[in-house]
Amino acid sequence: MQAESWQTAEVPGPTKALVITKPEVVVAMVKRTKRPILIVGHEAVDIDAGDEKLIDYTIRLAKTAHIPVVATAHIVGEFIKRGFPPAAWMPAVDITNRLQDPEWKGLDGKGQYDVALFTGLPYYMQWILFSTLKHFALNLKTISLDRFYQPHATWSFPNMSLKDWSENLKIMLSKLGGK
Amino acid sequence: MAKKALFVKAKELKTDVAVIKDLEVSIGRIFDETWTEPVGPTPFPSITDLREWDFKLLQRYKPMYMPFCDLCCLCTFGKCDLTKDKRGACGLNMAGQQSRIVLIACCIGAATHLGHARHMVDHLIEKFGRRYPLDVGGVNVQLEAPITRLVCGVRPRTLGDLEDVVDYLEDQVTHLLSATHTGQEGSNLDFESKVFHAGMVDHVALEVADIAQIAAYNFPKADPEAPLVELGYGTIETHKPVIMVVGHNVISSVGIIDYLKENDLYADVEVTGLCCTAHDTTRYSSRAKIVGPISWQLRFIRSGIPDVIVLDEQCIRADTLVEAQKIKAPVIVTSDKNCQGLQNRTKDPADEIVADLVNGKVPGVLILDSEKAGEVASRTALEIAPKRKKFKVIPTVKEIIEAAKKCKLCNDCIRACPEGLLIPEAMREAAAGNLQLLVDLYETCIGCARCESACPNDFPIHSFIVAAAEKILKGEKFKIQAGRGAIQDVEIRNVGSPIVLGEIPGVVAFVGCANYPHGGIEVAEMCKEFADRRFIVVLSGCSAMSAAMYKDEEGKTLYEKYPGDFDAGGIVNVGSCVANAHIAGAAIKIANIFAKRNLRANYEEIADYIHNRVGAVGVAWGAMSQKAAAIAAGCWRLGIPVIVGPHGSKYRRMLLGRKDHEEDWYVYDARTGDRVYVGPVPEHLFYTAETKEEAMVIIAKLCMRANDTSKGRAIKLTHYIDLHKRLYGTMPDDIHLFVRTVTDIPITMKDEILDILKKKGWKEGRIPDPTLLPRLIRKMKE
Repeated sequence: MQAESWQTAEVPGPTKALVITKPEVVVAMVKRTKRPILIVGHEAVDIDAGDEKLIDYTIRLAKTAHIPVVATAHIVGEFIKRGFPPAAWMPAVDITNRLQDPEWKGLDGKGQYDVALFTGLPYYMQWILFSTLKHFALNLKTISLDRFYQPHATWSFPNMSLKDWSENLKIMLSKLGGK
Repeated sequence: MAKKALFVKAKELKTDVAVIKDLEVSIGRIFDETWTEPVGPTPFPSITDLREWDFKLLQRYKPMYMPFCDLCCLCTFGKCDLTKDKRGACGLNMAGQQSRIVLIACCIGAATHLGHARHMVDHLIEKFGRRYPLDVGGVNVQLEAPITRLVCGVRPRTLGDLEDVVDYLEDQVTHLLSATHTGQEGSNLDFESKVFHAGMVDHVALEVADIAQIAAYNFPKADPEAPLVELGYGTIETHKPVIMVVGHNVISSVGIIDYLKENDLYADVEVTGLCCTAHDTTRYSSRAKIVGPISWQLRFIRSGIPDVIVLDEQCIRADTLVEAQKIKAPVIVTSDKNCQGLQNRTKDPADEIVADLVNGKVPGVLILDSEKAGEVASRTALEIAPKRKKFKVIPTVKEIIEAAKKCKLCNDCIRACPEGLLIPEAMREAAAGNLQLLVDLYETCIGCARCESACPNDFPIHSFIVAAAEKILKGEKFKIQAGRGAIQDVEIRNVGSPIVLGEIPGVVAFVGCANYPHGGIEVAEMCKEFADRRFIVVLSGCSAMSAAMYKDEEGKTLYEKYPGDFDAGGIVNVGSCVANAHIAGAAIKIANIFAKRNLRANYEEIADYIHNRVGAVGVAWGAMSQKAAAIAAGCWRLGIPVIVGPHGSKYRRMLLGRKDHEEDWYVYDARTGDRVYVGPVPEHLFYTAETKEEAMVIIAKLCMRANDTSKGRAIKLTHYIDLHKRLYGTMPDDIHLFVRTVTDIPITMKDEILDILKKKGWKEGRIPDPTLLPRLIRKMKE
């Protein structure tokens, strides 16, 4: 399936993200992965994801799938307010820089991650950070959970309506065993 | 002053004692012996002379590449796919390609400032003569050209002295650009070193351009009380003929003002402008007005207020002529770098040109003579204004609603908008008669009009936004301090010690373009925050304008509220883009005036001093241009960190430190030669922040330096922790990396921090006399 970048001019090159045609794809990836990590950008505080904000969804996802969360920008306090201190908080460029470093030992000292899920960053910034990882983090798979197609990720949803996207997120969570 | 490349050749020379045949004497440069300071190791450095210094920085701040394109399409081997570190047909890999593109961008930026400087120097020499003195601050500024002295090792005293400097810079840009040719440089780190060189060259060019114009045009000379001037659409007397100037090179605007003054017409015509030309116009005449930053170009043209539009160079919309024709305003272009396809009428009589413009025979003209351009612009404005009657292309409310009803809500506009503004929702509401959502877009819109180009209905969406927000636009009436130019030597003496010891927590420079993620208000908010915290806040360019466009509850702008001194709590507008030289210059002056370090051609030592001791940070929140990249690169070579807004991620490369790599953060103690861990200070050299809140915290953090005294470090930590707690809602998780001794701990947080240090297994360190240069160690270890 072909998909288009959400921002029209943000076209990449020959290698484009595989399109997540159904949420089970992400579920299978998350279940299979040994060392996943979830990076949540500041827009997650404002974005509606069905009946809740995206940040609340990411907390439920992280708890269900046991994925450590890195909060970027200034939103660590929003996680703490919700009773879910993230595994770490650091700038988006810093976590990206670490993820592209094969020697990095991870937040827990146990080694580099194999799958990084991203959501809630500004589209164009996320676009370019995915590009770093596509080119330089050769052993890492990246997944965009946002509702707009991110061509530099390994896997991305296509551009979707809010309703369809929320539905996909819901299914994903339930298949992972969450509510 | 130096003279370059003296070459004497004699076929045969007969003297009383000998006959000499085929004598050749070549002397690279002759240095001015009236300047007693010894010449340092790198006068007029070549593109490799400072490579070792660059590599020291690049070892600590490794490049992280963010490819904007997977391909290289610069030669006919290509396109080459460089995905996942493949190599192209020329052998270059992705890291090399990205650093090459950064170098090309910085060469463009440096060449642009340099072209500007060359034009300025040549023009002013023609007008005032080579011997015209470079007075940029009278007795208050003895150190008139700190960057030029540092880089070139010469002390320019007159306009003529600047010619040699410009010759050198042009030579360097040529070499740098040549390194980007296919089959030249192959190492990304060497490309990066050349990027730094381009930045250094750029800073000299900035200084040359600004000190020349300050001296010759009598701009404010290092004046902390430079006049307050008017800014904003609402300040313009629209009943008068209006000349709008756009760009960066003030020469043609000076021609306009001089003509109006000489003919006693200045009170009858409004001279107003956008971008840095507007800054410099108000430095020349405090009666001139500023419309706003670069993003106000389209909205001002379409308002129909300008009767004549005069363009010089840089950051001008390429479609200005098209837009001007819509409002029936003629265009005069005045720069050989920006001719817009117009006929060159430089040699024609002014009468004929004015007649052709007023009668609409031609849409615009090229005039490469500033005095003639000034006369033609002034006379045309006076004659055409009664005919044009401020003809505008801003739609009525009724027209907007009718158009909105036809909108297909296809989303092409939002997908073209760099900010992702919710235009379709605003159109949906407008169709129902509610324009409020369009009004709400006004402050964030950067005025690029990509939405219009994308719209399948060809709706003038930007004009819809401007029309809906017309009340806001007309209410824009602000005061900004005219660019003051250099920082006085005495100001440096006063703040040198508290800055180096850390008691003034930092110098924060807000510079650059207006490609902001959420409007200019974020710049104003950041300025206020740091001025209130007693940092020194310095501004230039569009950022200086944006900071002026918000008022407090008493109706005062930042420039009315805070002093313009280079001192704690000051808000200091140095001026236009080229005035950025005075910001870097201030850091250099601290090393020389306060610390008595030799300046002359002593780049590496001074950069080492600044990097380890001067808590300065640049913030280019809306940076978009190649010039901004070059300015940033000049800061990097001086070891000064630069923060950009989220759009700055598109510069494709960050220079990031790794605080988790302890081995990266050792310095030499110049007293003993010991290698001492000083913590990640400053943590990054080039950094994109996602949000204003993140930027504010990282600004405070990046002001820390290895040399801070305990008192200074405690003050800096207080700001970092306080901002982090307020904006992040929690304590920072890396305090232990910045506390060297117990006395570094802010007294009011002692128990809390001691507890954290204990949990982190912190061990007390020491405060060295820090340097990255082994040659500066006074006593080597046995």
